Amino acid sequence: MLRLDGIDAGYGNVQVLRGLSLEASPGEVLCVMGRNGAGKTTMLRAIMGQVKLTAGNITLDGARVDGLPPHRAPRQGIGYVPQGRRLFGPMTVAENLEIGLMTRGKGAATRERVLELFPRLRERLGQVSATLSGGEQQMLAIARALCLEPQVLLLDEPTEGLQPSMIALIRQTVTALKATGVATVLVEQRVEAVLSMADRVAFVENGAVAELVAAAGLAADAPQFRRYVGV
Amino acid sequence: MAAVLALTAVGLSLVFGVMRVVNVAHGEFFMLGAVAAWFVTSWMPGPPWLGFVATLLLAPLAVAAVAALADRLVLKRLNYDPEATIVATIGLLYILQQAALSLYGPDARPVPAPFELRLQLPWFGYSGYKLFVVAAAGLVLLAVWLIMTRSRIGLVMRATQIDRPTAQAFGIDVDRVYAGVFAMGAGLAAIAAVLIVPIQQAHYLMGGDPLLLSFIVVIIGGLGSLRGTLVAALLIGLSDGVISVFYAPTLAKILATLFVALVLVFRPQGLFGAKA
Repeated sequence: MLRLDGIDAGYGNVQVLRGLSLEASPGEVLCVMGRNGAGKTTMLRAIMGQVKLTAGNITLDGARVDGLPPHRAPRQGIGYVPQGRRLFGPMTVAENLEIGLMTRGKGAATRERVLELFPRLRERLGQVSATLSGGEQQMLAIARALCLEPQVLLLDEPTEGLQPSMIALIRQTVTALKATGVATVLVEQRVEAVLSMADRVAFVENGAVAELVAAAGLAADAPQFRRYVGV
Repeated sequence: MAAVLALTAVGLSLVFGVMRVVNVAHGEFFMLGAVAAWFVTSWMPGPPWLGFVATLLLAPLAVAAVAALADRLVLKRLNYDPEATIVATIGLLYILQQAALSLYGPDARPVPAPFELRLQLPWFGYSGYKLFVVAAAGLVLLAVWLIMTRSRIGLVMRATQIDRPTAQAFGIDVDRVYAGVFAMGAGLAAIAAVLIVPIQQAHYLMGGDPLLLSFIVVIIGGLGSLRGTLVAALLIGLSDGVISVFYAPTLAKILATLFVALVLVFRPQGLFGAKA
Protein backbone atom coordinates (compact mmCIF):
# COMPACT_ATOMS: atom_id res chain seq x y z
CA MET A 1 0.00 0.00 0.00
CA LEU A 2 1.18 3.50 -0.87
CA ARG A 3 0.54 5.99 1.90
CA LEU A 4 1.11 9.74 1.90
CA ASP A 5 0.89 11.10 5.40
CA GLY A 6 0.55 14.86 5.86
CA ILE A 7 3.11 15.81 3.23
CA ASP A 8 4.30 19.36 2.61
CA ALA A 9 6.36 20.11 -0.48
CA GLY A 10 7.05 22.87 -2.98
CA TYR A 11 9.60 24.62 -5.13
CA GLY A 12 11.97 26.99 -3.37
CA ASN A 13 9.90 29.35 -1.25
CA VAL A 14 6.64 28.37 -2.94
CA GLN A 15 4.78 25.76 -0.92
CA VAL A 16 2.47 23.67 -3.10
CA LEU A 17 1.44 20.69 -0.94
CA ARG A 18 0.05 21.44 2.50
CA GLY A 19 -0.45 18.39 4.69
CA LEU A 20 -1.70 16.17 1.87
CA SER A 21 -2.68 12.65 2.96
CA LEU A 22 -3.77 9.76 0.72
CA GLU A 23 -3.66 5.98 0.48
CA ALA A 24 -3.74 3.70 -2.54
CA SER A 25 -4.29 0.00 -1.93
CA PRO A 26 -3.18 -2.88 -4.17
CA GLY A 27 -5.63 -3.36 -7.05
CA GLU A 28 -7.21 0.03 -6.50
CA VAL A 29 -7.53 2.88 -8.98
CA LEU A 30 -7.37 6.16 -7.10
CA CYS A 31 -8.11 9.20 -9.23
CA VAL A 32 -6.84 12.59 -8.20
CA MET A 33 -8.67 15.62 -9.54
CA GLY A 34 -8.28 19.33 -9.01
CA ARG A 35 -7.75 22.61 -10.77
CA ASN A 36 -4.44 23.59 -12.39
CA GLY A 37 -1.95 24.45 -9.67
CA ALA A 38 -3.79 22.45 -7.00
CA GLY A 39 -0.69 20.27 -6.49
CA LYS A 40 -1.54 17.06 -8.38
CA THR A 41 1.65 16.80 -10.41
CA THR A 42 3.75 18.02 -7.47
CA MET A 43 2.26 15.18 -5.41
CA LEU A 44 3.34 12.63 -8.04
CA ARG A 45 6.79 14.19 -8.28
CA ALA A 46 7.08 14.10 -4.49
CA ILE A 47 6.26 10.38 -4.53
CA MET A 48 9.01 9.91 -7.15
CA GLY A 49 11.51 11.79 -4.98
CA GLN A 50 11.84 14.57 -7.55
CA VAL A 51 10.46 17.14 -5.12
CA LYS A 52 11.72 17.10 -1.54
CA LEU A 53 9.24 16.94 1.33
CA THR A 54 9.42 19.57 4.04
CA ALA A 55 7.03 17.66 6.31
CA GLY A 56 5.19 14.36 6.46
CA ASN A 57 6.24 11.03 5.00
CA ILE A 58 5.55 8.62 2.17
CA THR A 59 5.61 4.87 2.70
CA LEU A 60 5.26 1.88 0.41
CA ASP A 61 4.18 -1.27 2.26
CA GLY A 62 5.31 0.37 5.49
CA ALA A 63 8.80 1.31 4.27
CA ARG A 64 9.71 4.99 3.92
CA VAL A 65 10.33 6.04 0.33
CA ASP A 66 10.59 9.78 0.90
CA GLY A 67 14.11 11.08 1.36
CA LEU A 68 15.52 8.50 -1.05
CA PRO A 69 17.45 9.78 -4.07
CA PRO A 70 15.13 10.10 -7.12
CA HIS A 71 16.52 6.99 -8.84
CA ARG A 72 15.58 4.80 -5.88
CA ALA A 73 11.78 5.27 -6.05
CA PRO A 74 11.41 3.16 -9.22
CA ARG A 75 13.61 0.49 -7.66
CA GLN A 76 11.08 0.23 -4.84
CA GLY A 77 8.40 -0.55 -7.42
CA ILE A 78 6.89 2.81 -8.32
CA GLY A 79 6.29 3.38 -12.03
CA TYR A 80 5.67 6.88 -13.38
CA VAL A 81 4.06 8.08 -16.59
CA PRO A 82 4.71 11.83 -16.52
CA GLN A 83 2.51 14.46 -18.08
CA GLY A 84 3.47 15.00 -21.71
CA ARG A 85 4.88 11.42 -21.86
CA ARG A 86 8.55 12.48 -21.65
CA LEU A 87 9.72 9.70 -23.94
CA PHE A 88 13.37 9.44 -24.88
CA GLY A 89 12.44 10.88 -28.27
CA PRO A 90 15.53 10.11 -30.38
CA MET A 91 15.56 6.49 -29.15
CA THR A 92 13.62 3.66 -30.72
CA VAL A 93 10.56 2.06 -29.15
CA ALA A 94 12.66 -1.00 -28.22
CA GLU A 95 15.29 1.19 -26.52
CA ASN A 96 12.64 3.04 -24.52
CA LEU A 97 11.29 -0.29 -23.31
CA GLU A 98 14.82 -1.47 -22.52
CA ILE A 99 15.29 1.55 -20.22
CA GLY A 100 12.14 0.49 -18.39
CA LEU A 101 13.33 -3.11 -18.12
CA MET A 102 16.77 -2.29 -16.71
CA THR A 103 15.81 -1.50 -13.15
CA ARG A 104 13.27 -4.09 -12.06
CA GLY A 105 11.88 -5.86 -15.08
CA LYS A 106 12.25 -9.59 -15.57
CA GLY A 107 13.71 -9.28 -19.03
CA ALA A 108 12.05 -10.96 -22.00
CA ALA A 109 9.05 -12.21 -19.99
CA THR A 110 8.13 -8.71 -18.81
CA ARG A 111 8.66 -7.24 -22.26
CA GLU A 112 6.47 -9.94 -23.81
CA ARG A 113 3.66 -9.28 -21.32
CA VAL A 114 3.82 -5.55 -21.96
CA LEU A 115 3.80 -6.00 -25.73
CA GLU A 116 0.74 -8.24 -25.40
CA LEU A 117 -1.03 -5.28 -23.79
CA PHE A 118 0.11 -2.96 -26.61
CA PRO A 119 0.46 -5.08 -29.77
CA ARG A 120 0.85 -1.99 -31.94
CA LEU A 121 4.18 -1.26 -30.28
CA ARG A 122 5.47 -4.66 -31.37
CA GLU A 123 5.09 -3.52 -34.98
CA ARG A 124 7.04 -0.36 -34.24
CA LEU A 125 9.93 -1.64 -32.13
CA GLY A 126 12.58 -0.25 -34.49
CA GLN A 127 10.86 3.11 -34.99
CA VAL A 128 12.23 6.29 -33.40
CA SER A 129 9.73 7.11 -30.66
CA ALA A 130 9.49 10.82 -31.50
CA THR A 131 7.95 9.85 -34.85
CA LEU A 132 5.05 7.88 -33.29
CA SER A 133 1.54 9.33 -33.21
CA GLY A 134 0.34 10.93 -29.96
CA GLY A 135 -1.66 7.86 -29.00
CA GLU A 136 1.21 5.51 -29.74
CA GLN A 137 3.55 7.71 -27.71
CA GLN A 138 1.19 7.47 -24.76
CA MET A 139 1.04 3.68 -25.18
CA LEU A 140 4.82 3.60 -25.15
CA ALA A 141 5.02 5.84 -22.06
CA ILE A 142 2.70 3.45 -20.18
CA ALA A 143 4.43 0.36 -21.58
CA ARG A 144 7.83 1.72 -20.52
CA ALA A 145 6.55 2.25 -16.96
CA LEU A 146 5.03 -1.24 -16.90
CA CYS A 147 8.42 -2.68 -17.85
CA LEU A 148 9.43 -1.77 -14.27
CA GLU A 149 6.91 -4.36 -12.98
CA PRO A 150 5.54 -1.67 -10.65
CA GLN A 151 3.51 -2.25 -7.50
CA VAL A 152 2.25 1.31 -7.83
CA LEU A 153 1.69 3.10 -11.13
CA LEU A 154 1.43 6.89 -11.24
CA LEU A 155 -0.28 8.27 -14.35
CA ASP A 156 -0.31 12.01 -14.94
CA GLU A 157 -3.13 12.99 -17.32
CA PRO A 158 -2.65 10.01 -19.65
CA THR A 159 -5.74 10.80 -21.77
CA GLU A 160 -4.73 14.40 -22.49
CA GLY A 161 -5.07 15.17 -26.20
CA LEU A 162 -6.00 11.62 -27.20
CA GLN A 163 -8.79 10.36 -29.43
CA PRO A 164 -11.60 8.21 -27.90
CA SER A 165 -10.21 4.88 -29.17
CA MET A 166 -6.91 5.56 -27.41
CA ILE A 167 -8.67 6.58 -24.22
CA ALA A 168 -10.57 3.29 -24.36
CA LEU A 169 -7.28 1.42 -24.71
CA ILE A 170 -5.85 3.19 -21.67
CA ARG A 171 -9.02 2.33 -19.74
CA GLN A 172 -8.61 -1.34 -20.70
CA THR A 173 -4.99 -1.28 -19.60
CA VAL A 174 -5.78 0.29 -16.22
CA THR A 175 -8.53 -2.29 -15.68
CA ALA A 176 -6.13 -5.12 -16.59
CA LEU A 177 -3.55 -3.77 -14.13
CA LYS A 178 -6.16 -3.56 -11.40
CA ALA A 179 -6.72 -7.29 -11.79
CA THR A 180 -3.01 -7.94 -11.27
CA GLY A 181 -2.98 -6.04 -7.97
CA VAL A 182 -1.20 -2.90 -9.14
CA ALA A 183 -2.26 0.23 -7.25
CA THR A 184 -2.88 3.03 -9.75
CA VAL A 185 -2.81 6.70 -8.88
CA LEU A 186 -4.37 8.52 -11.81
CA VAL A 187 -4.28 12.28 -12.14
CA GLU A 188 -7.05 13.10 -14.58
CA GLN A 189 -9.24 15.99 -15.67
CA ARG A 190 -11.82 14.16 -17.82
CA VAL A 191 -14.89 13.31 -15.78
CA GLU A 192 -15.99 10.41 -18.00
CA ALA A 193 -12.51 8.85 -17.89
CA VAL A 194 -12.47 9.15 -14.09
CA LEU A 195 -15.90 7.64 -13.67
CA SER A 196 -15.06 4.71 -15.94
CA MET A 197 -11.78 3.82 -14.22
CA ALA A 198 -11.72 5.01 -10.61
CA ASP A 199 -12.56 3.19 -7.41
CA ARG A 200 -12.15 6.34 -5.36
CA VAL A 201 -11.70 9.98 -6.29
CA ALA A 202 -9.61 12.45 -4.29
CA PHE A 203 -10.39 16.11 -4.93
CA VAL A 204 -7.33 18.25 -4.27
CA GLU A 205 -7.52 21.92 -3.47
CA ASN A 206 -4.70 24.21 -2.29
CA GLY A 207 -2.27 21.33 -1.86
CA ALA A 208 -4.47 19.12 0.33
CA VAL A 209 -7.21 16.56 -0.17
CA ALA A 210 -10.47 18.44 0.23
CA GLU A 211 -12.77 15.50 -0.34
CA LEU A 212 -12.30 11.76 -0.87
CA VAL A 213 -15.29 9.83 -2.22
CA ALA A 214 -16.11 6.46 -3.75
CA ALA A 215 -16.43 6.76 -7.53
CA ALA A 216 -19.56 4.61 -7.47
CA GLY A 217 -21.32 7.40 -5.58
CA LEU A 218 -20.46 10.07 -8.15
CA ALA A 219 -22.55 11.07 -11.13
CA ALA A 220 -21.19 12.98 -14.14
CA ASP A 221 -22.91 16.11 -12.87
CA ALA A 222 -21.82 15.69 -9.25
CA PRO A 223 -21.23 19.06 -7.53
CA GLN A 224 -17.65 18.08 -6.62
CA PHE A 225 -16.61 18.22 -10.28
CA ARG A 226 -17.90 21.77 -10.60
CA ARG A 227 -16.47 22.86 -7.30
CA TYR A 228 -12.98 21.34 -7.47
CA VAL A 229 -12.35 20.95 -11.22
CA GLY A 230 -14.59 23.59 -12.73
CA VAL A 231 -16.34 21.33 -15.24
CA MET B 1 47.04 15.00 -35.64
CA ALA B 2 43.45 14.67 -36.87
CA ALA B 3 43.07 11.23 -35.25
CA VAL B 4 44.41 12.41 -31.89
CA LEU B 5 42.37 15.59 -32.07
CA ALA B 6 39.26 13.51 -32.77
CA LEU B 7 39.89 11.47 -29.62
CA THR B 8 40.40 14.55 -27.46
CA ALA B 9 37.42 16.38 -28.94
CA VAL B 10 35.11 13.37 -28.62
CA GLY B 11 35.91 13.34 -24.89
CA LEU B 12 34.99 17.03 -24.61
CA SER B 13 31.88 16.56 -26.72
CA LEU B 14 30.75 13.55 -24.69
CA VAL B 15 31.02 15.49 -21.43
CA PHE B 16 29.09 18.42 -22.84
CA GLY B 17 26.53 16.22 -24.60
CA VAL B 18 25.61 14.12 -21.57
CA MET B 19 26.34 16.47 -18.67
CA ARG B 20 25.93 19.91 -20.29
CA VAL B 21 29.26 20.81 -18.68
CA VAL B 22 31.76 22.88 -20.67
CA ASN B 23 34.95 21.36 -19.33
CA VAL B 24 37.64 24.02 -19.57
CA ALA B 25 40.06 21.66 -17.77
CA HIS B 26 39.84 19.08 -20.58
CA GLY B 27 43.27 20.06 -21.97
CA GLU B 28 44.81 19.46 -18.55
CA PHE B 29 43.54 15.87 -18.55
CA PHE B 30 45.37 15.56 -21.88
CA MET B 31 48.50 17.01 -20.23
CA LEU B 32 48.15 14.63 -17.25
CA GLY B 33 48.00 11.71 -19.68
CA ALA B 34 51.27 12.80 -21.30
CA VAL B 35 52.96 13.39 -17.94
CA ALA B 36 51.72 10.02 -16.67
CA ALA B 37 53.17 8.47 -19.84
CA TRP B 38 56.56 9.95 -19.02
CA PHE B 39 56.45 8.64 -15.44
CA VAL B 40 55.40 5.14 -16.44
CA THR B 41 57.89 4.77 -19.30
CA SER B 42 60.69 6.18 -17.11
CA TRP B 43 60.05 3.71 -14.32
CA MET B 44 59.14 0.72 -16.41
CA PRO B 45 62.11 -1.59 -17.09
CA GLY B 46 62.38 -3.50 -20.34
CA PRO B 47 61.91 -2.53 -23.97
CA PRO B 48 60.07 0.72 -24.92
CA TRP B 49 57.02 -1.14 -26.26
CA LEU B 50 56.43 -2.69 -22.83
CA GLY B 51 56.44 0.71 -21.15
CA PHE B 52 54.17 2.05 -23.86
CA VAL B 53 51.63 -0.77 -23.42
CA ALA B 54 51.69 -0.23 -19.64
CA THR B 55 51.20 3.51 -20.18
CA LEU B 56 48.34 2.97 -22.57
CA LEU B 57 46.57 1.01 -19.85
CA LEU B 58 47.59 2.90 -16.72
CA ALA B 59 47.62 6.56 -17.78
CA PRO B 60 43.95 6.74 -18.94
CA LEU B 61 42.86 4.88 -15.81
CA ALA B 62 44.80 7.23 -13.54
CA VAL B 63 43.52 10.33 -15.34
CA ALA B 64 39.96 8.97 -15.33
CA ALA B 65 40.27 8.44 -11.56
CA VAL B 66 41.41 12.07 -11.11
CA ALA B 67 38.43 13.22 -13.22
CA ALA B 68 35.96 11.08 -11.26
CA LEU B 69 37.35 12.56 -8.05
CA ALA B 70 37.01 16.10 -9.46
CA ASP B 71 33.42 15.29 -10.43
CA ARG B 72 32.59 14.15 -6.90
CA LEU B 73 34.42 16.94 -5.10
CA VAL B 74 33.56 19.85 -7.38
CA LEU B 75 30.96 19.39 -10.13
CA LYS B 76 28.45 17.35 -8.13
CA ARG B 77 28.51 19.91 -5.34
CA LEU B 78 27.58 22.56 -7.91
CA ASN B 79 24.69 20.37 -9.07
CA TYR B 80 26.25 20.51 -12.56
CA ASP B 81 25.04 24.07 -13.01
CA PRO B 82 26.24 25.05 -16.52
CA GLU B 83 27.62 28.47 -15.58
CA ALA B 84 29.13 27.52 -12.23
CA THR B 85 30.91 24.50 -13.72
CA ILE B 86 32.66 26.68 -16.30
CA VAL B 87 34.21 28.73 -13.49
CA ALA B 88 34.94 25.59 -11.49
CA THR B 89 36.71 23.86 -14.38
CA ILE B 90 38.80 26.98 -14.98
CA GLY B 91 39.90 26.62 -11.37
CA LEU B 92 40.51 22.92 -11.90
CA LEU B 93 42.66 23.77 -14.94
CA TYR B 94 45.02 25.84 -12.79
CA ILE B 95 45.07 23.32 -9.95
CA LEU B 96 46.04 20.47 -12.31
CA GLN B 97 48.57 22.64 -14.16
CA GLN B 98 50.28 23.81 -10.97
CA ALA B 99 50.20 20.32 -9.49
CA ALA B 100 51.99 19.05 -12.61
CA LEU B 101 54.51 21.89 -12.37
CA SER B 102 55.22 21.01 -8.73
CA LEU B 103 55.46 17.24 -9.18
CA TYR B 104 56.87 16.97 -12.70
CA GLY B 105 58.76 20.22 -13.17
CA PRO B 106 58.90 22.88 -15.88
CA ASP B 107 60.92 20.88 -18.43
CA ALA B 108 59.58 19.30 -21.59
CA ARG B 109 60.62 15.63 -21.52
CA PRO B 110 60.62 13.11 -24.35
CA VAL B 111 58.83 9.79 -24.19
CA PRO B 112 60.26 7.05 -26.42
CA ALA B 113 58.12 5.64 -29.22
CA PRO B 114 57.24 1.95 -28.71
CA PHE B 115 58.90 1.03 -31.99
CA GLU B 116 61.00 2.62 -34.72
CA LEU B 117 59.71 1.94 -38.19
CA ARG B 118 59.86 4.02 -41.32
CA LEU B 119 57.69 3.05 -44.22
CA GLN B 120 59.44 3.87 -47.45
CA LEU B 121 56.83 4.62 -50.07
CA PRO B 122 57.86 5.22 -53.72
CA TRP B 123 57.57 9.00 -53.46
CA PHE B 124 58.26 9.66 -49.75
CA GLY B 125 58.91 7.96 -46.44
CA TYR B 126 56.44 7.96 -43.56
CA SER B 127 56.66 7.17 -39.87
CA GLY B 128 55.19 3.77 -39.07
CA TYR B 129 54.39 4.99 -35.58
CA LYS B 130 52.22 7.82 -36.94
CA LEU B 131 50.21 5.29 -38.93
CA PHE B 132 49.90 3.22 -35.76
CA VAL B 133 48.54 6.32 -33.97
CA VAL B 134 45.88 6.75 -36.67
CA ALA B 135 44.89 3.08 -36.43
CA ALA B 136 44.85 3.07 -32.61
CA ALA B 137 42.79 6.27 -32.45
CA GLY B 138 40.41 4.82 -35.03
CA LEU B 139 39.97 1.69 -32.93
CA VAL B 140 39.29 3.69 -29.75
CA LEU B 141 36.77 5.87 -31.59
CA LEU B 142 35.06 2.76 -32.95
CA ALA B 143 34.90 1.39 -29.40
CA VAL B 144 33.34 4.66 -28.17
CA TRP B 145 30.77 4.52 -30.97
CA LEU B 146 29.93 0.90 -30.16
CA ILE B 147 29.59 1.70 -26.46
CA MET B 148 27.30 4.64 -27.19
CA THR B 149 25.06 2.91 -29.72
CA ARG B 150 25.15 -0.80 -28.89
CA SER B 151 25.67 -1.20 -25.15
CA ARG B 152 23.51 -0.79 -22.07
CA ILE B 153 25.97 1.76 -20.68
CA GLY B 154 25.53 3.79 -23.86
CA LEU B 155 21.76 3.51 -23.61
CA VAL B 156 21.87 4.81 -20.04
CA MET B 157 24.18 7.65 -21.08
CA ARG B 158 21.91 8.64 -23.97
CA ALA B 159 18.81 8.51 -21.76
CA THR B 160 20.53 10.78 -19.23
CA GLN B 161 21.54 13.13 -22.03
CA ILE B 162 17.98 13.35 -23.40
CA ASP B 163 16.05 13.82 -20.15
CA ARG B 164 17.70 13.70 -16.74
CA PRO B 165 14.55 13.64 -14.51
CA THR B 166 12.89 10.95 -16.61
CA ALA B 167 16.08 8.89 -16.57
CA GLN B 168 15.99 9.10 -12.77
CA ALA B 169 12.33 8.06 -12.80
CA PHE B 170 13.51 4.83 -14.43
CA GLY B 171 16.10 4.04 -11.80
CA ILE B 172 19.14 5.54 -13.51
CA ASP B 173 21.62 6.92 -10.99
CA VAL B 174 22.42 10.12 -12.86
CA ASP B 175 25.24 11.15 -10.50
CA ARG B 176 27.00 7.88 -11.24
CA VAL B 177 26.49 8.32 -14.98
CA TYR B 178 27.93 11.83 -14.78
CA ALA B 179 30.98 10.65 -12.85
CA GLY B 180 31.49 7.87 -15.41
CA VAL B 181 31.10 10.19 -18.39
CA PHE B 182 33.46 12.79 -16.93
CA ALA B 183 36.01 10.04 -16.26
CA MET B 184 35.51 8.61 -19.75
CA GLY B 185 35.99 12.03 -21.37
CA ALA B 186 39.21 12.57 -19.42
CA GLY B 187 40.34 9.03 -20.19
CA LEU B 188 39.92 9.67 -23.92
CA ALA B 189 42.03 12.82 -23.65
CA ALA B 190 44.67 10.81 -21.79
CA ILE B 191 44.70 8.09 -24.47
CA ALA B 192 45.15 10.80 -27.10
CA ALA B 193 48.08 12.22 -25.12
CA VAL B 194 49.75 8.83 -24.65
CA LEU B 195 49.53 8.25 -28.41
CA ILE B 196 50.90 11.66 -29.37
CA VAL B 197 53.55 12.15 -26.67
CA PRO B 198 56.27 10.09 -28.44
CA ILE B 199 55.89 12.53 -31.37
CA GLN B 200 55.76 15.65 -29.18
CA GLN B 201 57.08 15.93 -25.61
CA ALA B 202 55.43 15.93 -22.20
CA HIS B 203 55.18 19.41 -20.70
CA TYR B 204 53.01 20.92 -17.98
CA LEU B 205 51.70 23.66 -20.31
CA MET B 206 50.85 21.36 -23.23
CA GLY B 207 47.09 21.31 -22.48
CA GLY B 208 46.33 24.68 -24.11
CA ASP B 209 46.50 23.70 -27.80
CA PRO B 210 44.41 20.51 -27.52
CA LEU B 211 41.80 22.44 -25.53
CA LEU B 212 41.57 25.23 -28.09
CA LEU B 213 41.45 22.82 -31.03
CA SER B 214 38.93 20.57 -29.27
CA PHE B 215 36.63 23.54 -28.69
CA ILE B 216 37.04 24.55 -32.32
CA VAL B 217 36.19 21.01 -33.40
CA VAL B 218 33.12 20.59 -31.20
CA ILE B 219 31.78 24.02 -32.13
CA ILE B 220 32.20 23.30 -35.83
CA GLY B 221 30.89 19.75 -35.53
CA GLY B 222 28.01 20.69 -33.22
CA LEU B 223 28.20 20.42 -29.42
CA GLY B 224 27.27 16.92 -28.31
CA SER B 225 27.31 15.42 -31.82
CA LEU B 226 29.81 12.56 -32.10
CA ARG B 227 29.51 12.36 -35.88
CA GLY B 228 30.04 16.11 -36.23
CA THR B 229 33.02 15.98 -33.88
CA LEU B 230 34.71 13.30 -35.99
CA VAL B 231 34.16 15.13 -39.28
CA ALA B 232 35.31 18.46 -37.83
CA ALA B 233 38.37 16.84 -36.22
CA LEU B 234 39.37 15.44 -39.59
CA LEU B 235 38.82 18.80 -41.24
CA ILE B 236 40.69 20.85 -38.63
CA GLY B 237 43.39 18.24 -37.94
CA LEU B 238 44.32 17.81 -41.58
CA SER B 239 44.17 21.53 -42.41
CA ASP B 240 46.19 22.37 -39.29
CA GLY B 241 48.86 19.83 -40.28
CA VAL B 242 49.08 20.92 -43.93
CA ILE B 243 49.05 24.67 -43.22
CA SER B 244 51.56 24.29 -40.36
CA VAL B 245 53.99 22.39 -42.61
CA PHE B 246 53.72 24.58 -45.69
CA TYR B 247 53.11 27.98 -44.06
CA ALA B 248 53.07 28.50 -40.26
CA PRO B 249 51.31 26.92 -37.25
CA THR B 250 50.01 30.37 -36.23
CA LEU B 251 48.32 30.81 -39.61
CA ALA B 252 46.67 27.39 -39.15
CA LYS B 253 45.20 28.49 -35.79
CA ILE B 254 44.07 31.84 -37.23
CA LEU B 255 42.25 30.12 -40.09
CA ALA B 256 40.64 27.57 -37.76
CA THR B 257 39.43 30.35 -35.47
CA LEU B 258 38.08 32.26 -38.47
CA PHE B 259 36.23 29.13 -39.57
CA VAL B 260 34.68 28.85 -36.09
CA ALA B 261 33.56 32.48 -36.30
CA LEU B 262 31.91 31.80 -39.67
CA VAL B 263 30.18 28.69 -38.32
CA LEU B 264 28.94 30.63 -35.28
CA VAL B 265 27.53 33.36 -37.53
CA PHE B 266 25.93 31.22 -40.24
CA ARG B 267 25.23 27.91 -38.47
CA PRO B 268 25.44 28.42 -34.68
CA GLN B 269 24.38 24.85 -33.91
CA GLY B 270 27.44 23.53 -35.79
CA LEU B 271 27.58 21.50 -38.99
CA PHE B 272 25.88 18.44 -37.46
CA GLY B 273 24.26 19.86 -34.32
CA ALA B 274 20.52 19.96 -33.78
CA LYS B 275 18.81 23.37 -33.73
CA ALA B 276 17.99 24.54 -30.22
